[in-house]
Amino acid sequence: MRRDIFQAIADPTRRAIITLIALEAMTPNAIAEHFDSTRQAVSKHLRILTECELVKQEYQGREIYYSLEIEKMKEIDKWLDQFRKIWETKFNQLDKLLATLKKQKK
Amino acid sequence: MNTNLLFDFVVDKTTKTVCITREFDADLSLVWDAFTIAELIDQWIAPKPFTAKTKYQDFKVGGKRFYAMISPDGQERWVIQEYTSITPKTNFKMYNAFAGENEIPEPSGSEWDHTFSEQNGKTKVNISIYNESLERMERILDGFTQGMKLSLTNLENLLAVLSGK
Repeated sequence: MRRDIFQAIADPTRRAIITLIALEAMTPNAIAEHFDSTRQAVSKHLRILTECELVKQEYQGREIYYSLEIEKMKEIDKWLDQFRKIWETKFNQLDKLLATLKKQKK
Repeated sequence: MNTNLLFDFVVDKTTKTVCITREFDADLSLVWDAFTIAELIDQWIAPKPFTAKTKYQDFKVGGKRFYAMISPDGQERWVIQEYTSITPKTNFKMYNAFAGENEIPEPSGSEWDHTFSEQNGKTKVNISIYNESLERMERILDGFTQGMKLSLTNLENLLAVLSGK
């Protein structure tokens, strides 16, 4: 199955993981400590995030550290931003129209 | 942009839903009119430099609005909307789909749900848009941004010509 970044952020636990490792690279154990779910469940989320290329793994000695692929996160922002901007433009136009209508009513 | 008015925009790709919340500095009946009367909708619904033109509208359950989104170079993209539920000044729902000029809708559309509420003279509108097809959502987006880029280039060219005089 092909995965994309939007699947990565679809799950609340994965979003929380993203927030955590955005601050610093962490080992799976250190990440798991922040959640009630099992170590296996966290590993599964990390695997999905890795498949979505949203996180990268780095070996330091025996430990694997997970960190965030900032560039990939920007893709989400860019996509959403375009859509959001269209609505922003429309609503600003509506603000003006409403102001005009209010004046006419007075 | 009016920064003191609430604007919330959430895209949930898993449920194929876009949720938009926006507050307007006007009373409910005025905002309701702006969303439901074609002459008013046409004045704001198309993000500039696009324009909108309604061919006909019948605002009742089962009634339709047939309109075109017109790009700066004059290309018309027709949309047909069918009103599926109306609770005056509170909520209305519609089914939205691209269509040919013959009014025949394309197979995959979206369900729009609008809820209106007023507090302290301000009106909050919640819009949720459910897309049957995510690809379609992305296509609309691409179409718009390409169109916008194009018209900006046109503007740039025009300005260059004018300033050259």
